[in-house]
Amino acid sequence: MEIVDLKKWFPGVKANDGVNLTLRAGEVHAILGENGAGKSTLMKMIYGLLEPTSGEIRFMGKAVHFRSPREAIHAGIGMVHQHFMLIPALTVAENVVLGDEPGRIKFNRKEAERRVRDLSEKYRLAIDPTAKVADLSVGLQQRVEILKAFYRKAKLIILDEPTALLTPQETRELFAIIHGLKADGVPVLFISHKLDEVLEISDRVTVMRAGKTVETVETAGATPQSLANLMVGREVVLRVEKNAAHPGEPILKIHDLHVRDSGRIERVKGVNLELRRGEILGLAGIDGNGQFELADAIAGLIKAEQGHIIFDGHDITRLTPAERTERGIAYVPQDRQADGLVLSFDLVENTILRDFRKRPFAKNGVIDRAAAASYTERLIREFDVRPPDASRKASELSGGNQQKVILAREVSRDPLMLIAAQPTRGLDVGAIEGIHRQLVRLRDEGKGVLLVSLELEEILSLSDRIAVIHDGRIVAIVPGAHATREQIGLLMAGSHGHSEVSMS
Amino acid sequence: MIFSDPEIWAATLSMAVPLALPAIGGTFSERTGVVNIAMEGIMLIGAFFAVTFSYWTGSAWLGLLAALICGGLTAAALAWGAIRVSADQTVLGMGINIFAAGLTTFLLNTLFGFNGTPINTPKLPDISIPGLDKIPYIGVIFQNQSILVYIMVVLVIISHWFLFHTRLGLRMRSVGEHPLAADTLGINVWRIRYFGVILSGLFSALGGAYLSIGVLNGFTPNMTNGRGYIALAAMIFGKWTPLGSFGAALIFGFSTALGIVLQGQGISSNLLQMIPYALTILALAGLVGRAVAPAADGIPYDPRRS
Amino acid sequence: MKSLRSILLPMGASLLAMIIGGILVAALGYNPVTVYGSLISGAFGNGINIGNTITASLPLIIVGLGIAISFQSGLFNIGADGQYWIGATAAVWFGYHFNSLPGWLHMIVCIVVGMVAGALWAGIIPGLTKAYVGSHEVITTMMMSYIGILLARYLIEGGPMQQKGFNPQSPEIVQNTQFPYFTQGLMQSQLSLVAVAIAVVAVIAVWFLLYKTTLGYQLRTVGLNQRAARYAGINVKLFTVVALCLSGLFAGLAGAVQMLGVDHRLLDGFSSNYGYTAIVVSLLARNNPIGVIIAGLFFGALTTGGQNMQMVSNVPAALTDVLTGLIIFFVACERIIPQIIGWYRRRRTLKSTTVAS
Repeated sequence: MEIVDLKKWFPGVKANDGVNLTLRAGEVHAILGENGAGKSTLMKMIYGLLEPTSGEIRFMGKAVHFRSPREAIHAGIGMVHQHFMLIPALTVAENVVLGDEPGRIKFNRKEAERRVRDLSEKYRLAIDPTAKVADLSVGLQQRVEILKAFYRKAKLIILDEPTALLTPQETRELFAIIHGLKADGVPVLFISHKLDEVLEISDRVTVMRAGKTVETVETAGATPQSLANLMVGREVVLRVEKNAAHPGEPILKIHDLHVRDSGRIERVKGVNLELRRGEILGLAGIDGNGQFELADAIAGLIKAEQGHIIFDGHDITRLTPAERTERGIAYVPQDRQADGLVLSFDLVENTILRDFRKRPFAKNGVIDRAAAASYTERLIREFDVRPPDASRKASELSGGNQQKVILAREVSRDPLMLIAAQPTRGLDVGAIEGIHRQLVRLRDEGKGVLLVSLELEEILSLSDRIAVIHDGRIVAIVPGAHATREQIGLLMAGSHGHSEVSMS
Repeated sequence: MIFSDPEIWAATLSMAVPLALPAIGGTFSERTGVVNIAMEGIMLIGAFFAVTFSYWTGSAWLGLLAALICGGLTAAALAWGAIRVSADQTVLGMGINIFAAGLTTFLLNTLFGFNGTPINTPKLPDISIPGLDKIPYIGVIFQNQSILVYIMVVLVIISHWFLFHTRLGLRMRSVGEHPLAADTLGINVWRIRYFGVILSGLFSALGGAYLSIGVLNGFTPNMTNGRGYIALAAMIFGKWTPLGSFGAALIFGFSTALGIVLQGQGISSNLLQMIPYALTILALAGLVGRAVAPAADGIPYDPRRS
Repeated sequence: MKSLRSILLPMGASLLAMIIGGILVAALGYNPVTVYGSLISGAFGNGINIGNTITASLPLIIVGLGIAISFQSGLFNIGADGQYWIGATAAVWFGYHFNSLPGWLHMIVCIVVGMVAGALWAGIIPGLTKAYVGSHEVITTMMMSYIGILLARYLIEGGPMQQKGFNPQSPEIVQNTQFPYFTQGLMQSQLSLVAVAIAVVAVIAVWFLLYKTTLGYQLRTVGLNQRAARYAGINVKLFTVVALCLSGLFAGLAGAVQMLGVDHRLLDGFSSNYGYTAIVVSLLARNNPIGVIIAGLFFGALTTGGQNMQMVSNVPAALTDVLTGLIIFFVACERIIPQIIGWYRRRRTLKSTTVAS
């Protein structure tokens, strides 16, 4: 496969702006880039989900223009999505053969299961074709996706952030599978933002930055530092200007907290954690390790199964979200559009979302629109929300400005503690800096800040202490000042023994 | 003891038909991901056009064919709105129900005057299967049942086989669970959904025709009397499977049959008629078994936004 | 622009339905102009007709308000018909049973009892099962509606509310609970200014409730985004029940007002269909209380006009149901409009590019 000067422009955004790539037969080729570098846009174009603005994709020596995934599959491209395209209610065999089932009118289940079993053995995937997909672990579900690709005789496998949801053990197994594929001569395109994985698994690496491919290098000759420099484009990583912290008394204490998600799966498995006034505690971890359930549980959005949450000296484990808000917990939720805002409400209505019961916004159950509007206008000025129009609906704002509205609402309530989950996800650099400044300002005012983020850079640059969560447990707490990317990354991947790590 | 009387079981079977047929139809529609609350209206359409064409052509079978065609067309309109336009499926269904109630009454009054359909309209035959009617007890149950009763029994079995043991059935189920996944595997989501909804229209129309030219030979305004809605409940009660729907329809049919029997003993029919509705609420409240709807049921799919 | 569209769309949908209805009657050999003429004159032709139209629209407006509340709270109360009849039944029972109360107090008691009965009918079973086990309210409200109507019918057919006589019906409510007509003209159209005043107050109350109170704010938040509502500290379960209660409350109020103002007793029949038509009223009004007045008058006019149409031009009144169904269908399909505009634009650009090249 060859990609020549591919571009994809959205209104106002150049998601891909000159992508060049050559994929050789039988190699594992990694595409490395930070979140927002344009990797997923590139994938969607290769897979026919988006049409390029300009440029060309050549596959097997011919220029191709896929208008749908169907055409891409037909041409021999197999894609394993980050979020699996599996039907939980069906069996493995049914999922694999769907769309190309054996049989005429009757579905020949036996034949389907036989074919899937054969494929599974051929590629050493060890999957029971009769199992229901809903009962499989994430790692096994990923193998079903790989099987789907092989069943359709894929000549190229694309793995999109394949380790995002995997345990370290599952990651090892996946890498063994990829090595097997390479031995069989199947080229693999491995998309990731994780340096260590890319170094381990790939033959060559193409680094993307800001929608462009920067350089393609042989993995053998690359070092973590050289790749990191290519990724971020400068020697120094983004550091936020901040003075030394002056941590005070603990504001939040968590004892042996257990939380189950809506699917009754235990996500938080006995967390003990302490957050002090005047510090930023970063909670680092790979997505899916319970960090967001922990944040939701502190805010009261999910009930704790077991354990205690002590806030400002009181046990709040059984309090409602409204009561916790009242006691001074502010929360910037992970999914701002689903949780943090009512998109069809205007900014005034969104600004009072957490305090609509209280004066001055309401008296005796009647909302004082004028008071709410003048407060909103003040926040819009202070936080530079654009456009500065309180009567706009939240849906009409850009992501960065939506986040500003949420942050303005939360920090202006004069809370004792702020939980910020993924506060800068998908935002541009200017907006990120503004939000980081607010977090530091809050800390300097003596508030406790719990920063939950999947961006290691963000955690490293902001945190006074870093707690690492893995598989629902805090595996280490290290001082932020001297923490390194490699050290935290290792902990996030589940390697225990934090004493020697924090000294290294 | 009334339960030992085969007549009550014969009545149960007979009452189950106009519930089981639309319930199975609804199963096909919802398994592909389209909520169909228009079954009540489609039944009315089926019932009315069955009578009309039966009278005009003199053949109940041609009446049945007309019912199927009109029911299928009505379902196609629902399908277009739900699939192509991504409109709210409950609202669309409501619209069709009111439209169907109005249209059938309107046409009844304009085509046949205000005195109802002619009494000499042909109806579908009642039959007894030779041999089966010789078996004691069972024979009485199946004695002189409408031919549609037997057709229904066959359809129940075929439907179950079709949904769970054919390639198309597998594709229908996949579309109702995760349309995007199905689409990426080359399955035409929209076409499958059209198929499911129109199939539900055919089944519902058949159920309506059973009322008008199977049991009776005439049409009265609103003669379905909410059966389309009870069928919806039977489908849920039957966990979105044809066999389950049939089982639930039998339970609801039995409660109606019981009502008829007990009415002779001085119990208000109004109170007894509440039984199916009350059972439905209990089923929905999870007090008599819980069912999980297809994951994408009621959610429009737009392939261009994926 | 947006508000203009919210007026144009229902009007366009109604117009399209009228055209299709016109084609239908023309195909059956009637003259659509005389048919629609008799419909319009039946609705607005003279003072009595206008009075009749307003009388017919009042229950639609009041039930429609309740539907609007449920829609704004993200719930689909499809069983307002049953709530209406339960409210009516309760009001009638209090209306003829107690006759020692002073007139005005008795009247108020009847209305309040009707409201409470309707609220409980919607709130208890559909509301609680929706909130706590997630039973779909479309089905439960509908089932409760059937049960409610059957209950009311039982009460006058051999039940405790039956008046001895030939027809199944309840006793008449006592004179001092009946709304006064004030003048002969209003009496002819059974239009009571008290009922009109109640409807107007109800509209203002619902508008105030939805847009000016924290209760309404919470209902709308739950309706638009349940996750955000939970985040805001709103008890989603509680407000689900409250929303259905309020919705049933207005259906019950409509039943009480209709009994006190028009029917004065329960009669066999129970096929008002106010619950279903009120859904259309609310949909057409975009769930806006003020818009409910206009949409309610429109369907009130269809009802009275339809009766006149049947008498004058011999076209069955059921035609109005055909129109109603079509209007709902077209309004539901509103998303086709931007799609059509999109096609049109693309075709034009396609044409211009082919011409250019």
